[in-house]
Amino acid sequence: MPVEGVPAQTTLLDFLRDRGLTGAKEGCAEGECGACTVLMVAENGLGSEYRAVNSCLLFVPSAIDREFFTVEALARDGELCEAQKAMAEGGGSQCGYCTPGFVMSLFAEQYRPGREGPCDPHAMGGNLCRCTGYRPIRDAALALGPAPAGVFLERLSHPAPAMHGGEYAAHHVRFDRPDRLEDCLALVAKSPAAKLVAGCTDVGVESNLKFRRWPHFISVELVEALRVFEDTPEHIRVGAALPLTDLARLWTQAPPFVKEWMGLFASVPIRNRATLGGNLATASPIGDSAPLLMALDAELHLSSIRGERVVPLARFFKSYREPELRDGELIRAIQIPKPLPDFVRFYKAAKRRMDDISIVSAALAINCDEGGRVTRAAFVFGGVGPVTQRVDSAEAAALGRLWDEAALERIGSALDEALRPMDDHRGSAAYRCAMAKGFVHKFFWEWRQAST
Amino acid sequence: MAAGKHVSEQHESAHGHVTGAALYTDDLCVRFPGLLHAWPVTAPHAHARLVGLDASDAVRAPDVHSVLTAADVPGENETGSNRHDEPLFPAEVMFHQQPVAWVLGETLEAARLGAALVRAEYEPRAPILTIEDAIQAGSFLAGPLRIDRGDASAIESSPLCFSGELRIGGQEHFYLETQCAIARLDESGGIVVDSSTQHPAETQDVIARVLGLAWHQVSVQCLRMGGAFGGKEVQANPFAAVAALGAWKTKRPVRVRLPRLLDMALTGKRHPFLARYKAGFNTDGKLNGVRIELYSDGGWSLDLSMPVLSRAMFHCDNAYLLPAAEIIGYVCRTNKTSQTAFRGFGGPQGMLVVEEIMDQAARRLNLDPHDVRERNFYSEGDTTHYGQLVKHPDRMNTIWDRVKASSSFDTRCAEVKAFNVAQRHKKRGIAVTPMKFGISFTATYMNQAGALVVIYRDGSVQVNHGGTEMGQGLHTKIRTIAARTLGIAAERVRMMPTRTDKIPNTSATAASASTDLNGAAVLDACDQLKRRLAPVAASLIQCDESQVTFANGTVHSADCPSNSVSFDRVAAAAYRERIPLFAQGFYQTPGLRYDHEKLKGKPFHYFVWGAAVSEVELDLFTGEAKVLRVDILEDVGDSLAPLIDRGQIEGGFMQGLGWLTIEELLWDASGRLATGSASTYKLPSWSELPEVFNVNFLERAADSDVVMGSKAVGEPPLMLAISVREAIRSAVAACGFGGPVALPCPSTPEKIFFAIQKARLS
Repeated sequence: MPVEGVPAQTTLLDFLRDRGLTGAKEGCAEGECGACTVLMVAENGLGSEYRAVNSCLLFVPSAIDREFFTVEALARDGELCEAQKAMAEGGGSQCGYCTPGFVMSLFAEQYRPGREGPCDPHAMGGNLCRCTGYRPIRDAALALGPAPAGVFLERLSHPAPAMHGGEYAAHHVRFDRPDRLEDCLALVAKSPAAKLVAGCTDVGVESNLKFRRWPHFISVELVEALRVFEDTPEHIRVGAALPLTDLARLWTQAPPFVKEWMGLFASVPIRNRATLGGNLATASPIGDSAPLLMALDAELHLSSIRGERVVPLARFFKSYREPELRDGELIRAIQIPKPLPDFVRFYKAAKRRMDDISIVSAALAINCDEGGRVTRAAFVFGGVGPVTQRVDSAEAAALGRLWDEAALERIGSALDEALRPMDDHRGSAAYRCAMAKGFVHKFFWEWRQAST
Repeated sequence: MAAGKHVSEQHESAHGHVTGAALYTDDLCVRFPGLLHAWPVTAPHAHARLVGLDASDAVRAPDVHSVLTAADVPGENETGSNRHDEPLFPAEVMFHQQPVAWVLGETLEAARLGAALVRAEYEPRAPILTIEDAIQAGSFLAGPLRIDRGDASAIESSPLCFSGELRIGGQEHFYLETQCAIARLDESGGIVVDSSTQHPAETQDVIARVLGLAWHQVSVQCLRMGGAFGGKEVQANPFAAVAALGAWKTKRPVRVRLPRLLDMALTGKRHPFLARYKAGFNTDGKLNGVRIELYSDGGWSLDLSMPVLSRAMFHCDNAYLLPAAEIIGYVCRTNKTSQTAFRGFGGPQGMLVVEEIMDQAARRLNLDPHDVRERNFYSEGDTTHYGQLVKHPDRMNTIWDRVKASSSFDTRCAEVKAFNVAQRHKKRGIAVTPMKFGISFTATYMNQAGALVVIYRDGSVQVNHGGTEMGQGLHTKIRTIAARTLGIAAERVRMMPTRTDKIPNTSATAASASTDLNGAAVLDACDQLKRRLAPVAASLIQCDESQVTFANGTVHSADCPSNSVSFDRVAAAAYRERIPLFAQGFYQTPGLRYDHEKLKGKPFHYFVWGAAVSEVELDLFTGEAKVLRVDILEDVGDSLAPLIDRGQIEGGFMQGLGWLTIEELLWDASGRLATGSASTYKLPSWSELPEVFNVNFLERAADSDVVMGSKAVGEPPLMLAISVREAIRSAVAACGFGGPVALPCPSTPEKIFFAIQKARLS
């Protein structure tokens, strides 16, 4: 479909609906409800795969050259695909408004390369239904077997469309999408005020809900150098623009706590677009990547045409939503040194257990020697102040001493001193403090269970 | 009977839902060239006088077509439902973000930018934002309403007498499809409005009122809704009126569609309540009497707050005999959105109060809460506190015993106790709660319905009725009624979108009764058509008219089934014999007698009964509650569509679970809704779905007074979620040392966490 003249901040959702493809719906315009879900064909190393994405958070220039499937494409000659059939026959739709989105997510899950056994209902964790209560949708997912042979499966044996760097302009707004790092850095140097975007899962929300408008975007999502992944004996290195889904796919040796963390980090359609670089650069105190990465002693590799510099993540957040980034500079990669700590947990308190924004999050890490003394510790909290906080005094209270209930007391006192959370609609200051301390207790408890 | 396990018809629009072909109002936009988009100018105060409005810059802005203000209204500047107390363009701002003008633009962006250029001047006034402040200020929209029974002094003279207070949270509907209307002029001086409305006839009324037109000039159509839950019973009207006014003024099609943030900011919600109670019990747990004061937060205008309050007062008994009762209700006027209908319509709040009282009594008497509940069930011959004879009270006992047995309740109670002794950082709780819910509009005149059934010469059938489809499966059930009655396949029956020019003067699709009412009207029309077709068929197959039977797409003779003719041929023959092939059906619920002044009589045609057993596990570090298992047994009569009914029960239950646990409406000090988006107001998601979720229907429960023996199912299951709240309370109690447990509503993890800390100190 031609896109000439379409304003740069037009969402893929509005673009499709304006052209009569009204199967995708708007329910929230912020990637929470999934009624707008469409499928994007993406590379996965071997061929391609269908990825559910929120069309409400995709600007049209980001969609150029890409291949999408909307719900209208799934029924061939009136014959429903298996995901559609399972949803329809099992009572998976009531009002039907969210249904196309569920169908898309379920379809992507059924065709997920390498999937074994029944479909995972959590693949639809980014879709909200207000009518059914989800039970029939869960059963629809559990009833689906392997993807059937046919055009949809056949499609996955071919690569995703080749993407080309370029620029888009309409109505005095520019959207640059370089594909080489040098070009990208040059552009950023020339236009330091331009808005950097990758998956657009945060900027899209600001655009739709707060009506922020920008004259110039630079999208980093096509820059190969920003999508690297390395797992060496010395470190893990993650390109800043690598979508979280690819991080999960490529980090085959990831310890269990990483998988748990990923499960608590947004929903599938968001993870299909969102990046670590984006999550860190927003410098939000309730971002879910900063606590864990900080507890793992991650450092950031920042690039500009002037060269590279390395900043420990613990020093990256200057103040509320203020990252340590100079004009013309971007995050190139996140590097986690090895060895990883022995025992690590990520916890998150929220009103809803899954796919909710943290009230408080905690990433806690500990090593003990044979005598039971703490040799390495990290206590990092989100949602307890203007920035993600690694509490050195709590670590000092633990290091070199026995890891026991007395340590919890000392850490608790240190946290009382250090944390100054606020009251808001997510939670009270008292609850936030209690959670920070409660997580340390829970961590201790789980450590003790794991070590006996 | 295991719900929905035998072959059952899927949703009438299921194919359209899964392919995206099912259309909703906003999907029609592309069909209207020249469509204008509307955006409101919203007030930044919860209470203020509007002292100036200057749109001169806005109308000159690019792609702004015009600005709608009070001056454009040819009729009444008023959209209120009962009391006419809702100006469309207000002189006094009554809630935060109330629209004071609407801007029409060639694009939505142009309209929004134009709205920002409208200069409105305000004189802020002190807002009333809480129920307590309203009581203090004497700010009431209605009340006191009062129901008295017996001698309330029995309360004070009881061996156990206690009093308490319960704050009950509201709830955002969060229908996935937000409010939407598209209006356009018709070809002969009238106006046609597509609206996502549960009550097209009232939408028509309001549009006619605002435009100063007779009703016959206005047609309203509702294709289907992407969820409504009561939120579009009256609150669709002002937005449809804005669209209609825009089209009337500009002579172009106009679309009003609220994005989620505006929908949450501008539309009413489930009423928050404050209840103050005093109860008297015997030491064996038998209730002697209750005194309950109910204060609902009605928001800025009356809306449906009166019937919501009276239903709350009627449901203060739930399934229990109140030998003495003094129930007093007020609707508080606050500077918030006008709170409105929401699945249960006051029933949930009323029932929550008595369930609170039952649990408080049990823990004070050191009895098991389920025993105290059971001890107070209605018996044969009992009447409610408002004087209605309770029909089939034995069903409650049957349901109670069966759901406890099927869920192994007693065994699991023991297992939960053992678990709680063994676990330091996790506690479990299990609870069973009953549900009795009255079916009928308490406004007796609304218990009527019309239908128009049309048979074409080819034997295909169109069914029109006054009900709207919002996902509840109304069209599916009514198609079943028509197809079964005419003896034809469901595919031969086409359900038409709801239109005021097909069926006039309809009631809202609400109160769970739409199949009862509209289904009976359709049945009436189908029966008439059969009576007209029977002689035609009798002559075609040469049999006695009394033997004519309609089945399987044919009409045959009962004494000789092979002697048959297709339904389609009968239709064609009837046409040639000049027999009318269309019929209007009508139904009014019989036997309702109800004194609105005294709140006494028989407001309900019948009761729906049910019970649920829920088990939860708490994480004591965080206060998180996880629902492990739910077992439900509900009386749905002789189900017309088991798959649909099971869906209503599961979905209603989950909505109630959301209301009682994670959905939290919070307003800040200025009266702004602080949890006004999908990212701050959390609906149940996968993490709230119980791992085990068993739903069963009560067997042999056909109701002879309802269409085809079926019963209402839309609202009642929501209140079964009270079992989750009570299970949480039981788990919190396990952290302490006995005695009553206060549990705020909603019980968010934070509230549970602090309830646990309090229990530990008790």
